[in-house]
Amino acid sequence: MNAEATLTALGTIVRREVTRILRIWSQTLLPPAITATLYFIIFGSLIGRRIGEIAPGISYIEYIAPGLIMMSVIQNAYGNITSSFFGAKFQRFVEEMLVSPMPSWTILAGYISGAVLRGFMVGVIVLVISLFFTKIHLYHPFVTLSTFVLAATIFGLLGFINAIYARKFDDIAIIPTFVLTPLTYLGGVFYNVAQLPTPWKEISFANPILYMVSAFRYGLLGVSDIDLGWAYAVMVAFVVVFGAICLNLLQRGVGLRS
Amino acid sequence: MSISPSAVPALEIESLKKTYPNGVEALKGVSLAVPAGDFYALLGPNGAGKSTLIGIVSSLVNATSGEARVFGVPIRTRRSEAMQMLGLVPQEINFNMFEQPFQICVNQAGFYGVPRNIAAERAEKYLKQLALWDKAFEVARTLSGGMKRRLLIARAMMNEPRLLILDEPTAGVDIEIRRSMWKFIQGINAAGTTVILTTHYLEEAEQLCRNIAIIDHGRIIVDTAMKSLLGKLDVETFVLDLTNACAELPTVEGVKLTRIDDHTLEAEMSRAHDLNSLFAALSARGVTVTSMRNKANRLEELFVRLIETNDAKEAA
Repeated sequence: MNAEATLTALGTIVRREVTRILRIWSQTLLPPAITATLYFIIFGSLIGRRIGEIAPGISYIEYIAPGLIMMSVIQNAYGNITSSFFGAKFQRFVEEMLVSPMPSWTILAGYISGAVLRGFMVGVIVLVISLFFTKIHLYHPFVTLSTFVLAATIFGLLGFINAIYARKFDDIAIIPTFVLTPLTYLGGVFYNVAQLPTPWKEISFANPILYMVSAFRYGLLGVSDIDLGWAYAVMVAFVVVFGAICLNLLQRGVGLRS
Repeated sequence: MSISPSAVPALEIESLKKTYPNGVEALKGVSLAVPAGDFYALLGPNGAGKSTLIGIVSSLVNATSGEARVFGVPIRTRRSEAMQMLGLVPQEINFNMFEQPFQICVNQAGFYGVPRNIAAERAEKYLKQLALWDKAFEVARTLSGGMKRRLLIARAMMNEPRLLILDEPTAGVDIEIRRSMWKFIQGINAAGTTVILTTHYLEEAEQLCRNIAIIDHGRIIVDTAMKSLLGKLDVETFVLDLTNACAELPTVEGVKLTRIDDHTLEAEMSRAHDLNSLFAALSARGVTVTSMRNKANRLEELFVRLIETNDAKEAA
């Protein structure tokens, strides 16, 4: 396939993903809006008012807003790719792509783009909701945008691996429930990890979500619990490693070709 | 020296083997060549290896060893080029049930790199040809079984393949729709597309295909011209409907007669035996025949015999 044809193929997957997200908006876009609203009401307005400032000049609700946006982005990027790619596998219409001349990386890039776009839509929705409860400043637009893209990509890739190995719908529910949610809650969304006692503080540094939340918070508030350079290094490393694993699985046809 | 395109087979398979992880040997060294422009039947009983063979050719199944080439392009090393020339109508319905037929077709073209405006034109053309245009913007899961089968064909045509593989395209489809599908497939074959057909309706294969391969237990047991194969049929069985009840079974030399019921006889006879002498002998015994028909179609009879012979060999 030449470059133009490959781009057409990639655009087709992305278009199909966006159409799917918008077609089932009550499953893809509405739930994160409701969840975020509840978080802002309970943790931000009710509990947060009693906590006061968590850093100099930053109220608790301001502090958790970037984490809540990032949490929604991560969960939705992951959820989008698992449900969409596993759905294609389950109904076997993934074969439409497998019998086509498209290279493996195009399939991967198409689904990752879908995950990033769902993350972006949900991120914007949660951001707009947060504006009803607090003020959001965009201190570093590049850091904000790049952290969002890297985080959505990482969890899109992880979701892709999950979907490739999944054989039944239960298999795509286990990881979000038992791995993703605990990591998100322990990833500094609601608290500053520096306040944790040893060894929990050190253990927290093994949580990749901590780096994403901290970098994103830096982009929006200008404060971070983690060194920014270190956060970028960790995120880029995850993208490279998970991307290589996904491509290898696709090339070998694991879970797809017999 | 350049090779003329017609000299290159549409599909060439050499010593293809496939052993699944559970140890099942689905293909045991299959070799065949389908000439460009052919209408080729690939027949075999369930579990013979047809779908595995098609899976390897369409790159959905990884071969254990051997080589498959589409118009001379090896699938293993130049998959993308080979797939560009191939269209597949699978046995199972495998499109997104929540999408519309038009979307399904346009997306399929997109996967082959066909620009969206051309894809939309092609989708309209093939959906119209397959009498699906009035359903083009309805959700696919609301289509009837026959419509879903036709949609699979329309989708496979979106890259206008040089080689079209149809894996039991008419399974569960009524005769009227089946005939309209035959007409469409004959049309694209006449326009130059090579067609490989697998089917359990042997009448379909006999009417449509010029060449035939029969696969059984992972091996090709016949690969020849349809006419040549049918010429090998030396015995035929006819069902005779009688005017009056026949209480006693008549005997006719050279014909094995079996009484099915009072008004029906079955006559198994050599193709060399003429029918006039059978009728004369029956008439002399007071038996009048109202009508007659072949018990099974010719290919079906041959197919059953070949498979039975091969099964006996395999068992031995």
